[in-house]
Amino acid sequence: MAMKQAEDLREKYLRQSMFPTIFCDGCGIGNVLNYTLWAIDEIELDIDRTVFVSGIGCSSRLTGYVNADGLHTTHGRALAFATGVKVANPDLTVIVFTGDGDGSGIGGNHLLHTIRRNIDMTVILVNNYTYGMTGGQVAPTTPMGSITTTTPYGNSEWPLDVCEVARALGAPYVARWPVTFPYQPIKSIEQGIRKRGFALIEMLAPCPTAYGRRNNLRALDQSWKWYKDHSLLVEEYERIERFGTDAERATLQGKIKVGVFQDSERECFSDQWRAVVERVKLKA
Amino acid sequence: MDRNLIRKALGAKVQFIQGDEACAYGALLAGCTFFGGYPITPATEVAEVMARLLPKIGGCYIQMEDEIASIAAIIGASWTGAKTMTSTSGPGFSLMQENLGYGIMTETPCVIINVQRSGPSTGQPTLGAYGDMMQARWGTHGDHEIIMLCPANVQESLDLTITAFNFAERYRTPVLVFIDGELGHMRERVIIPEDDEIAIVNRTISNVSPDEYVPFGVNGDLVPAFAPFGAGYHTYVTGLTHNEQGLPRASSAEVHNRLVRRLADKILNNTDDIVLYEELETDDCEILLVSYGITAGVCRDVVATARQRGVKVGMLRLITIWPFAEEAVARLAQQVRMMIVSEMNMGQIIHPIREAVAGRCDVRLISKIGGALHMPAEIMEAVEQWR
Repeated sequence: MAMKQAEDLREKYLRQSMFPTIFCDGCGIGNVLNYTLWAIDEIELDIDRTVFVSGIGCSSRLTGYVNADGLHTTHGRALAFATGVKVANPDLTVIVFTGDGDGSGIGGNHLLHTIRRNIDMTVILVNNYTYGMTGGQVAPTTPMGSITTTTPYGNSEWPLDVCEVARALGAPYVARWPVTFPYQPIKSIEQGIRKRGFALIEMLAPCPTAYGRRNNLRALDQSWKWYKDHSLLVEEYERIERFGTDAERATLQGKIKVGVFQDSERECFSDQWRAVVERVKLKA
Repeated sequence: MDRNLIRKALGAKVQFIQGDEACAYGALLAGCTFFGGYPITPATEVAEVMARLLPKIGGCYIQMEDEIASIAAIIGASWTGAKTMTSTSGPGFSLMQENLGYGIMTETPCVIINVQRSGPSTGQPTLGAYGDMMQARWGTHGDHEIIMLCPANVQESLDLTITAFNFAERYRTPVLVFIDGELGHMRERVIIPEDDEIAIVNRTISNVSPDEYVPFGVNGDLVPAFAPFGAGYHTYVTGLTHNEQGLPRASSAEVHNRLVRRLADKILNNTDDIVLYEELETDDCEILLVSYGITAGVCRDVVATARQRGVKVGMLRLITIWPFAEEAVARLAQQVRMMIVSEMNMGQIIHPIREAVAGRCDVRLISKIGGALHMPAEIMEAVEQWR
């Protein structure tokens, strides 16, 4: 079989009339789209029966590029809209593109409850540490000390770890990868779509224009190196955390846990609801 | 949806039920199969009835985490082709404003019941009021039209909820049904109409192939044909200003003009169909009581009393509040000496009334807030005093 090319995926799955994209040079969101298309092509997903839902922000623009049914909604509310789609028609596959601000800031409450209900959907949350579309303001995920337009003297808040929240809530599938890892995200997106239940794949993506340039991560090679240097597989991270020496534990400072955080089974909402209907539905 | 199943779920043909319950019954009769809601006094019973009856007919009830999510869920569900509804009261309706605009912009059929209570803020949760009349019209940002119906009794809460679904489907837009805490919790005898007594409208589904389909392209009546998600049409739905293909054109004045004016015109060009009102003893009246909602029942009583006393009083009862019945008001303004507007707020619908009257007759307000209804005697007293 011939090697898959990004050009072929672009031809097959994207709306040609939407090009060029809105994304800046060096933005990692295009990589996320590439990995997503690769994954849906690998599992031969029926694109006619798939709905892409998003909120507002740079990453939420991804729904517009995919030639499929798409619901580009209001800021933070993608998961609530997506819940309506999935619950009303459980036969559809629902994939959500959201960002860190959209999905964990303004939309944080919907994230909690969509996971709690275990709605069967795949959420690809692009975390670029900032509100990129509005020019780079502090986000719930912005690292402590980072410079943004609204933290000109350095961020004084602790960042939110979205994957840890999802794991704590019992999401059946949780993974985090930087876009600098090309193969693992594809695998995780495949696994997420196949998972019957809520799947969260957090993608760490550089934003050179709005975040990087204020934090010494403007150049592409610089930012990609930063993600590589700061990423540590979750298994290794947690091994050191539990069993490492003091010296080993000190190396965890500033490291980001990446990998598959959770891969488990839990009955999803639609299955639970179907059981209710079977029990109480009237006979004609 | 199996009509027999709906009737079986609703039960006896004649029932003694609340306004809230009647709204839920109307929704089920209209074909609603999806309800997303959040509890709030005095609207909770709407959600409770839907939660009890929807699974019985194979539909879905989901309680969302807040009212923002409730309206989001019903819009998302509507795009699968389902008829969908949510219900709330003032504070929840405030939270719904952004997504209400999204529903208008994306031409998504859905119905929102607002069982009004006093505000601002938490106000008087258990008491009735009509303080959200103007919020309904202008609450969401940007230029838009909205359809809003105001039942006056429990039977009409059922009947007009069916009408609301029909308008939502016909014009592809969110439709509001506004009652109040008093009517929502009031019990009256209700007759469940037979299928041949009610019209059921379903949205026009695209009959062209996906290749030929233009998701927001229109013919004469300005309402685009609908293609449900999952049918292979690859519709892109966005709240951004979009062209007929549904694709964002957020910087184009021309596309924005064309889109937003069409969204308004599809409603404004059809006021003959949408604007419903009732006239009582208006042929020869010199004083006109203008009312809507639960207050209409009080005014009906006043008309009878006044006529017994030989005072030529009539009533215009607004059923559709938005778009506003300006032609009816303007016509009656040429005939009557005075309009008396009784509102359970500090005067909201009096403003479009004054605009339609344009100085042709005297317009006076009897405002009542705090939870109590107008008493027939106090309106009659005003009639006697002002005649």
